[in-house]
Formats: sequence, structure tokens, C-alpha cells
Amino acid sequence: MSAGWEVVIGLEIHTQLATRSKIFSGASTAYGAEPNTQACLVDLGYPGVLPVLNKEVVHMAAMFGLAVDATVAPRSVFARKNYFYPDLPKGYQISQYELPIVEYGELFITDEEGEEKRIGITRAHLEEDAGKSIHEGLDRSSGIDLNRAGTPLLEIVSEPDLRSAKEAVAYMRKIHSIVRYLGISDGNMQEGSFRCDANVSVRPSGQEELGTRAELKNLNSFRFVEKAINFEIERQIDLIEEGGKVVQETRLYDSDKDETRPMRSKEEANDYRYFPDPDLLPVEISAEYIETVRQQLPELPDAKRHRFIDEYELKPDDAAILTNSRAVADFYEATVAATDAKPQLVANWVVGDLSGALNRDGLDIAESKVSSDALAGMLTRVADNTISGKIAKQVFEAMWDGEGSADEIIEAKGLKQITDSSAIEAAVDKVIEANPGQVAEYKAGKDKLIGFFVGQVMKETRGQANPGQVNQILKQKLKP
Amino acid sequence: MMDTHSKSMTELTAGLEKGEFTSVELTAGLLERVEAHDEKLNAFVTVTADAALDAARAADAARAAGNVGVLNGLPIVHKDIFCTRGVKTTCGSKMLDNFISPYDATVVERLAAAGAVVLGKANMDEFAMGSSNETSFYGPVSNPWNLECTPGGSSGGSAAAVAARLAPAATGTDTGGSIRQPAALTGTVGIKPTYGRVSRYGMIAFASSLDQAGVIARTAEDAARVLGVMAGFDERDSTSIDHPVPDYVAGIGESIKGLKVGIVRQHFDEGLDAACGERVKEAIAVIESLGAEAVEVDLPNIDYSVPTYYVVAPAECSSNLSRFDGVRFGHRAEDFEDLRDLYCRSRGEGFGDEVKRRIMTGTYVLSAGYYDAYYLKAQQVRHLIADDFKKAFADVDVIAGPTAPTPAFRLGEKVDDPITMYLNDIYTIGANLAGLPAMSVPCGFVDGLPVGLHLVGHHFEEQTLLRFAHQYQQVTDWHTACPEAFA
Amino acid sequence: MSLSKDQVQHIAMLARLELSEEEYAESVKKLSKIVDFVDHLSEADTEGVVPMAHPLDVAQRLRSDAVIEADERDRYQQNASSVSGGLYLVPKVIE
Repeated sequence: MSAGWEVVIGLEIHTQLATRSKIFSGASTAYGAEPNTQACLVDLGYPGVLPVLNKEVVHMAAMFGLAVDATVAPRSVFARKNYFYPDLPKGYQISQYELPIVEYGELFITDEEGEEKRIGITRAHLEEDAGKSIHEGLDRSSGIDLNRAGTPLLEIVSEPDLRSAKEAVAYMRKIHSIVRYLGISDGNMQEGSFRCDANVSVRPSGQEELGTRAELKNLNSFRFVEKAINFEIERQIDLIEEGGKVVQETRLYDSDKDETRPMRSKEEANDYRYFPDPDLLPVEISAEYIETVRQQLPELPDAKRHRFIDEYELKPDDAAILTNSRAVADFYEATVAATDAKPQLVANWVVGDLSGALNRDGLDIAESKVSSDALAGMLTRVADNTISGKIAKQVFEAMWDGEGSADEIIEAKGLKQITDSSAIEAAVDKVIEANPGQVAEYKAGKDKLIGFFVGQVMKETRGQANPGQVNQILKQKLKP
Repeated sequence: MMDTHSKSMTELTAGLEKGEFTSVELTAGLLERVEAHDEKLNAFVTVTADAALDAARAADAARAAGNVGVLNGLPIVHKDIFCTRGVKTTCGSKMLDNFISPYDATVVERLAAAGAVVLGKANMDEFAMGSSNETSFYGPVSNPWNLECTPGGSSGGSAAAVAARLAPAATGTDTGGSIRQPAALTGTVGIKPTYGRVSRYGMIAFASSLDQAGVIARTAEDAARVLGVMAGFDERDSTSIDHPVPDYVAGIGESIKGLKVGIVRQHFDEGLDAACGERVKEAIAVIESLGAEAVEVDLPNIDYSVPTYYVVAPAECSSNLSRFDGVRFGHRAEDFEDLRDLYCRSRGEGFGDEVKRRIMTGTYVLSAGYYDAYYLKAQQVRHLIADDFKKAFADVDVIAGPTAPTPAFRLGEKVDDPITMYLNDIYTIGANLAGLPAMSVPCGFVDGLPVGLHLVGHHFEEQTLLRFAHQYQQVTDWHTACPEAFA
Repeated sequence: MSLSKDQVQHIAMLARLELSEEEYAESVKKLSKIVDFVDHLSEADTEGVVPMAHPLDVAQRLRSDAVIEADERDRYQQNASSVSGGLYLVPKVIE
């Protein structure tokens, strides 16, 4: 980015809440159904039908509010946002305007200097999702599917505190992690249950007044958010430097061309004519209710990360990776609980080989072919020196392929580590005898050759000699 | 013996019980009357003769089996604003001329479960917007007392049907007076309960915070009977209140001695037709003779009620009617070039002038720059009006006055000036703004046209209103008068 | 206060209502009258008065998170003029 400019970014994230039924009706929210088979009369906006609020939606919003240290409003109001669009059957969206359910929260990200930075969350409010328009395969028409209409959304609005695309992504990842941790959303961006819009503006460094902002829509992956914002920053700076003015508009991100362009169909600015929805009454939340929710909150990512560093004495980077997803963190802790191996060792394996195998096979931790118990069993054998770390990799692969438990595989393949000193001594003697030249060099001072000798002994013992003992015995025998 | 068509529901039930006639006979008789007379009135949009006879047969069978609901075998008419499954539900509008509802409104379900027989759907002002039943796509309704006059609106068809003895009772809805004002103009009893007393599920919405379903009948006792079936909590309506429903019929006999009746100082002014005023004062004198005490009350902000209403109701309806766009149901234009055209033409063609006017008024008062001055202001004034009533009700049990400022006016007389039309609701609107129960009771005639006495009660005190009305009807016989042409 | 034709056109557009020239003329006249009438509200003293959105002073009731609606698409779509493959059809919308 050109020097002398400051970027101001605010993110609006819409996350679908993972309820069974819709926010105002008893139709299913399950993804992937045949068009309009999950759109009841309320979702279709039929004459005479009325909305009734889903209690789980309130619960989930309260959980989110507490997780970001926000105020959960004791009284919040639903308002109608009026505009015409085919995927909006009533001609208005039930949302929240002046009195949202959550306000004034915050979370912390790590900025590009590695410093902790506070990002404010202005508000989070409840609203209903619209349906979908399908354009393909229809001649001069668009087809409207209202299955999605009425799915509960939580719209999370950040303060314009973000100062780079990287910060924006870090914030987005944090929110993503929190909603998944809380179990209030599956955060599936491909399926549209986690959507992000970015408001981007630039201003000369030091200027207090905000520049005109553009709203970027259709950002459905972390990568696209970063690219779209970076493109937009350049575009705006170039435009201004050439004497132009940034127009307040909505722009779509085109991932094929890696550019943003103005949305064509948005006509004159919509006057949404917000007013409190008379079919719904104010939502009242008591202090007792909030306390109950607070007590039932699961441990959140940051707290878990700090605890892992403290309790398990993990490296901060490892703790961060392990706590990125609650499922992974739970897997990790289950493994630690079931093994004598040190937590850091377990961490190395979960972050390393296990993650590698999951990624390679495109699996989720829940689908891991090696369970936490199985992994624990294997790591116990590493801790008690039955196998070396290197052999363990072999064992792991075999376990992944379904060949049995660690013990079964070690037994079947005869992989037990050789710890018998006399056996190792015999191998060492053999190697020393076979390599007189290197022995001489070593004794003359070339210490690095110890690696060569260790390698030769490992070869001789098919990798099963305990490396520590090999090292020790070699050094002893090679003493000048 | 009185012809069955003039009998009250109480009398009809007694007759059915004694086996003097069957529901099938009763229903067939009324269907014949509808056939013979509705041409003059145009009170019906749809007559459901076959279904009615089926229901009558089923009611007779149920009665024989000892299974007798409160309204067993009694014919009624539903205002065409209530969704009736499998039956055209038009709301008096071209927009819904082709709409067959896939579901029943709660009110429809409850009356059916109690054994009522539905003769058909009553004509109404389009989307309940009007005070004369002249805005209906299906043409105006005539007043049985004078066919050149309006029956009032928006529940004009319901009121005309009951007054002409085509049915003993009809459901209606009331947003600014749409049950009470037509009841007054047709010499029938009309009650609008407390907001939240009756479910709005299946009742096509006009102004959501004002609409309430109610009933028009010829006696307070009949109104009590039907209301008792309609009322009660419905989980499908978030604005439905979970408050126990008393046995209204059992309670109407209690004396009103010692109860206080508030007379609003502001009501008896030059806006009220003098002769109407006289009838109402006479009615109040009768009530005093029954032992109630008349007390003057003050509703200082009551003059703002009509302008308040004409901000709030259009605002809410402008939003409620946005769902009518030709896409999923209702009228769809045939000629359109793009999406905007589809919407604009479907809605332009489907809605009548008054509806379009109210949608535009509502859009205006909610629009950017005007919201504070109009909508927000109106909701504040609404609060003032509600507080006025609260204060007055600290001292009285019921507030009495005229229902309408004039008797029935001629068809076409007030259609040109919206404000003149709106002022028909000057006495009734306050109760809707405050959510209070209110009813109109026939209390005399002026030049052969009926006049109504308006009664407003505390929240959830429908029982008190019905009691006052019933006691009044025990010592007067205005409610038994029948328009000559329909005797 | 009189409304201009431009204002009425804007309102009609927001409300997606197509009006003929005569209807516009009528609307300008009648809407202006209505606005004049409701302008009287400005005379009321509402200092510090809380707006009343509902006649009831009650909180929103909550329903349990259960799926109770079954697929009735075919029955509901009998009311739609233009349907294909279960989808409601409208003129193509370009984003």
C-alpha cells in the first residue's frame, strides 16, 4: 500500500444460527432440500400469518454477546426493513434496528507486529434470512427458492477499528472460531452460513475524518476477503491520487478476475423505512437468564489457549493451532488425559502427523482414522521407550490404515525399540570396525561425524535402536 | 311465532334443542333468503351453500349423538378477511379475487369446532380500509334500512347480512371502528374486544397494532355467545394474550347498579348530528335508570385520535400489503417487461384507489426525513390518548357516547373527500389506539335510520360491556326492529 | 402542506405502485389533504412521551425450537401463477 495512507475497515458478518427451525416459524432449516419444500406459509409471507420467535435464537444471541464481553440487552425490539426483492416474500425483512439484542462488545486479535489489538464490536442483532434466486437454466426468468427464507441470522457489526486486510481476516477468523466454539453456527462459508461484507475506506495518514467508504459483498472465504480488501484499497488510493472521488456504493468481488466492481441492480438508494414490527413484542431478557447462559458458556478460544500454555506448558504457536477449533482442542485434551506422554509431545503429534493425515485425506477431526485413545496408546509407547519417535511415524501410518492398535502393530511388525545395551554395543562395534577412516577423523576432532555413525548404527538395527543409547555408547567407544 | 330468520342465537339453540327445526332446515331457509335478498344488498362475495348444508347435516348428527358445541347448527357469515381453507378469500379486493386460502384462520377454526355453519363470506371495504363499504372490488353494500344508504364499513357486508336477517351473526374486524360503526348504522350489536383477546392468525392484516376480530349480532347475548368461542390465547399469534376467557353469557345477567358510566365532555359537540345526540342521551338516561351513575370524564387528547390513526394505520398497512406482489399468490399482471414492472403493474391493477392512497400515506410517514415528525409523533400522541383513557377509567367502569357522528349516509355522498370519510370514526378510533374493548348497541332511530350507543370498557372487561348492553336490551326493543324490506 | 408530483412519484415508486396520470393528479390532491390533516399532530405536546408501538405492555413469548411444518409445496403453489421445477418465477434479475 502506498505510504501516506491509512485504511479504515469495518466488517459486517452474517452468521446463520444453527437452530432446527426458523426464527419465526416451525419450518426446517436443514441445508440442501428441494426448492420450496421447507417454506411454510409464514416463510412464504401468505396473507394472515404471523411470526413467533424461536427461543433458541435468543439463547444463541445471548451466548455470543457474553462471549465477546458485550451487553446483552434487557429489552430489544424487532423492526421491519422495507424493500422489494423477489427473495423477500413479505416485502420487508424482520430485523432489529434501534434496539439490538447485543451491543458494545470486543475481541482481541494479534496484529502484524505481533501485538494484541482490541477490535470493538458495535452490535450484533437478530434477523431473518432471505430466500435464494436461481438464474441458471431459466430462459428469461429467475427462479425463487424460499427454503432459506426465515433462517435465523446474527448480524455482527465491528467498529471500523481494522487497519489492514490481514487484520480484517484475523478478526473474521476469530469470530468464526467463537461461533463454532459456542456451537451457535457451523460457520460453513461454502453453504452460506457464514457471510462477510466489508466496508472499506482510505484517508491520508493523520486525517481524522473518514473517507467515503465502499461496501464489498460476496466475500465467502478468508482468502477472498483479504484479496478483495487489498484490491479495493489500491483502487481507492489510485482513484484519489488521480484526482477522482470514491463513490459510496456496493461492490461485488469477482474472484476470477480478482477485482471489485459496482453492483448493477442496486437502483437509487433504498429508503428502508424502519419501524418496530407490530406483530412482535419487545424481547425481554432477565439478569437471571443471562447468568444462566453465562454459567453454561463453554470455555472460549482465548481462555482455552491461555490455559493450554499454562496447564500443558505448550508453545504459544501450538496452543493457538490446537485451540483454533473446539473439536481439535477436545481431541487433544482427550489424548493427553489418556497417555503418560508429555503434553508437548502430544501437541507435536496432533499439530504434525495427525493434522497432516487429516489434510491429506480431506477429513475433519471428527472423522479421524486414529482416535484420541488410539493416539494416546501409541504415544505412551513412545514415552516408555518401547518405540522411538521415528518408528512411531511408521506405527501411526499403519494405525491410520486400520491395521490395529499401536501395541498390535508394534508386535506384528517387531518394531520394539532395542534398548538392550549389549545388543547396541554389538551394533556399534560392528559399525566402528567397518568404518576405520571415519573413526580416525572423528578421533582427530571431526565431531560432526557422530551423526554419520548414529545413522550407520540405526541402519544396522533397522532403525530400532534407541537413539539416545546409541549416541551414548558411540561416544563412549569413540573416545579418543 | 317469530320467523326463524329473526330469532336470536339463544332462541335458535332452544329451537334446535327442542327439535322444532333442524340445522339443515334453518340453514336452507337462510340460504333461500340470501338468494332472494342479497341482490339488493350485495352483502356476500361468496355463498358456500353446499358446504353450509354439509356442515348443517354434520351439526344435526352431532346433536343427535349428544355432542353439542356452543354454536351447534347455527349459521354465521365470515367477513371475507378471514382465511377459509379451500374457499375464495378476497378481502374485498381484485388483488385476491383468485385466492383460495390453503388454511383456516383461528377464528374460523374455533367457530367451526363449536358447530357453526358458514353460509358464506361477507363483502367488505377493500383490505378493511373504509367506513362505508364503498371501496370493495365487488361493489358497494346497501344498508337494509335504506338501500340508497351505506351500511358503514369496513364490515359492511357482515352488518347488512345480520340486519337483514340473512344470518343471526357475522364475524367482523375492527381497526378504527369497522365493526362498531356499521353496527350502529344498521341497528345491530357489534363488539370489538380488547387487543390481544382474539387471535389475529388468519385474519388478513391491515394495521397490526390496531386490528381485532369481533362479532356482529342482533343481541348482546348472541354477541357474548360467539365472542366466548372466538376469544382466547393462540400460540400462533405473538400478540395474543394468555388471559382466561370468562363465560360471557353466564355473566351478562348481573345487575349494573352502582357501576359508573363516563360521559366524555368532548363528544357532544358540533361534530355530532343533533338528533343522534338526542338518541344517545336518551340511552344514557335508560342506563342511569337501571342504577348506573353517569359521571363526566375528560379525554383531553381525543381530538387527535383521527389524525393519529391516519398516520399509524397507513404506516402499518403500507408494510403489511407489500407481500402482494403477484409472485406467490394473488393478482399478477399479464404485461410486464421486468421485475419492477411486474410489481408496479400487479399492485397498480390489483389495488383500488383507497388502498393505494393509504399505502402511499403510510410510505410517506415512514420515509426518511418524515418518520420523526409523523410516525414517531403519532405513536407518542397514541400514548397520550391511552393514558387519558387510563385516567378516566380510574373513576368509571364504562365510557358511553355516540358510535357514529351521523346516521347512515347516502352511497357516494362522502367518497370524494377522504377527510370527511375518515371523520366517521371519530368516536370509535380511540378504543383501537388504546387497545380497549368497545361495542355499539342500537339505541334508536333518526329519520328511519338506526343510531348506535358506544360503550368502551377496561382492558379485558368485555363482560362488563356485554352486561351493560344486555341489561339495556332487557328494557328497550330497538334491537328487535327489523327493516321493512327484510321482515 | 402540499405534496409535489415528484414526491408522489417517489412514494409510488417506493411502494411499487403504478399510477396513471389521472391517478397521479388525484393522489397529489388527496394526499396533500391527508397530510394537512395529520399535520395537526404537531400541535400536541409530546415532550418526554414514550412512543407507543403496542397497546399491550407485554414481552414477546418464545416458542421451542422444533420443526413442526411439513412440505406442502404443491398445495401452496396452486395459488402461484408462474412456477417451474418448484421455483417461483419472476423476470430475470441481474445482480
